[in-house]
Amino acid sequence: MTVTSAITTGRARSGPPAGRGRAGRAGRGLGRGTAGRGFDWGQPFVYLIALVVAGLAIGPVLYVIIGGFRTTADLNANPAGMPDPWVFQNYATVLGSSRFWGNVLASMILAFATTAGVVVLGIMAAFVIARYEFRGRQTLYTLFTAGLMFPLTVAALPLTLLLRTIGLHGTYLGVIIPSIAFALPTTIIILVPFLRAIPAELEEAAAIDGTSRIGFFWRILLPLSMPGLMTVGVLAFVGSWNGYLLPLLVISTGTLPQDLWPLPLGVTQFSTQYSQDTGAVLAYTSLAMIPALVFFLAAEKRIVGGLQGAVKG
Amino acid sequence: MPALLESAGPATSAGPAPSPASSTRPSRRRAGTIRKRIEIAVFAGPALVVFLGFVILPVLLAAVYSLYNLPPAFKWENLAEPERFIGLDNYVRALTTPEFLRAIGNNFTILVLSPLIQGPIAIMVALLLNRRMRGRSVFRLLIFVPYVLAEVIAGLSWKLLLQPQGGVNAMLEAVGLGALQQNWLADPNIALWTMFGILTWKYVGFAIILMLAGLQGVPEELSEAASIDGAGWWQIQRHITIPLLGPTIRIWAFLSMIGALQLFDMVWVTVAPTVRSMSTETMATYMVQQGQFAGQPGYGSAIAVILFLISLVVALVYQRFALRRDLAGAVTTGVR
Repeated sequence: MTVTSAITTGRARSGPPAGRGRAGRAGRGLGRGTAGRGFDWGQPFVYLIALVVAGLAIGPVLYVIIGGFRTTADLNANPAGMPDPWVFQNYATVLGSSRFWGNVLASMILAFATTAGVVVLGIMAAFVIARYEFRGRQTLYTLFTAGLMFPLTVAALPLTLLLRTIGLHGTYLGVIIPSIAFALPTTIIILVPFLRAIPAELEEAAAIDGTSRIGFFWRILLPLSMPGLMTVGVLAFVGSWNGYLLPLLVISTGTLPQDLWPLPLGVTQFSTQYSQDTGAVLAYTSLAMIPALVFFLAAEKRIVGGLQGAVKG
Repeated sequence: MPALLESAGPATSAGPAPSPASSTRPSRRRAGTIRKRIEIAVFAGPALVVFLGFVILPVLLAAVYSLYNLPPAFKWENLAEPERFIGLDNYVRALTTPEFLRAIGNNFTILVLSPLIQGPIAIMVALLLNRRMRGRSVFRLLIFVPYVLAEVIAGLSWKLLLQPQGGVNAMLEAVGLGALQQNWLADPNIALWTMFGILTWKYVGFAIILMLAGLQGVPEELSEAASIDGAGWWQIQRHITIPLLGPTIRIWAFLSMIGALQLFDMVWVTVAPTVRSMSTETMATYMVQQGQFAGQPGYGSAIAVILFLISLVVALVYQRFALRRDLAGAVTTGVR
């Protein structure tokens, strides 16, 4: 019973439905506080579960990060122990290598260029689909949304051959352009309803004031659609940053030196090359995690929100 | 964010565009029409070109290439050489190759097991944690970490942990379970199950987050009423909360199944090629192995087409039988 009442109070919802005002919630909170129940035995159990689940989730990550502070000899002697002694040599070596920074730089270039391309092309196409009246508009929308049916995996091989033909194989552009193309369907699906929701009255008012449609796009639509653009941009950035299949097919088989490969390729390459030096591989791997983790911390709300939006519609 | 997207109106069709005030005088209207057409072309053109050229064209090319026996150094002229056209032979070869058939089986094993095992875990954890508690946001952050890491990074981490002399075996030894030590990723008999364990670790946090979000949409009044009527915690969850969570569960299962069919990165970096070909091959790894690294783009393209058709059928069947209440027409038209 005690568990029940705790569950039902739950957490305040983000979007309060009609008829559920501040007063109602405050009243409930008061009622809960004055219920005068004894100690809630469900609570420690819940914390225990939460602790176990969270521990399982980050345990392996911690192992890799802490392992980076150990010498390879120490790791071989006692794989499950704590560092004895703590050494910073592995991390220092990786951080001092031009290779690691080259990998990071390559990933940054790919991710930023992809994000910029997706956002710019996506908002422009979504603008036309959402706010222009013309024949073929519905077809255009359906075409883009049908892109969801074609995952990168299916197109990967012919795409690689195509890039060879047009001379983009082995280049960053050969990864960036297809990444943009495959991110467009999701982008347009998220942005079109967003742009559509901006009331027509605004556009009419702008037109009466002598603003062209392009002016309306720049001065009104763009600022208003910032939240949507952020979501779309974050999804594109994370997708590009974590992407492996395209770089594998386009860059690892090309002529670009390993120092300039993007991070996922660089890490796999490093771990193959130095497979005997476990400490160094652990350090390299954990340093490779950091950009994604930092970015995630900064954009957690947008990522989770974007995913939920994509799922809930 | 979800609230914004939801309030954005019906997404099932592009609907009529809100038409702004436009002049009715013929001459200005005509000039306006031309201008409008130019605007449409300039704005939608770039996206359309990139999309057609790098998504649609390659997919169509896959279908064409799959009918040819192409050399590793492919040139367009190869398509004109009559002896290279082999009809459906690539498909026949794929569907009679035990390695590829096992790959399909592996994909389906993961497709079926993911919802069956990750689903209940995620739902139970989400139900337990759907309450006001300290550190809730920290918890959400922590369980989301595996999902945010690239599959490659996560896979390499596990590869190090699961070495014969790695952390997992050492911990088993330390707690007296040394008998359970395995060569996790190199023993063909268990490598697929190890792989499934890693995938569960990586993706169950995502499922928990989605379920928690779904629970936000379950009205508290219902469970309060049930509780007043004397229903116990589990009765409330079983008969009220979980059924109301249905849409979230079904859509999560859909995403998980599609992901299972496309599985590539994790298997590719985690399992050594020899073990992979014996036990954990997936359709995508087999496709890349044959099409790219064994230099048979035609055969690889046939695998790609088969992978596409299987995904399509799974999506349509699932939509027909499970999703139809949640999103009418979403998969067939591609519109959410």
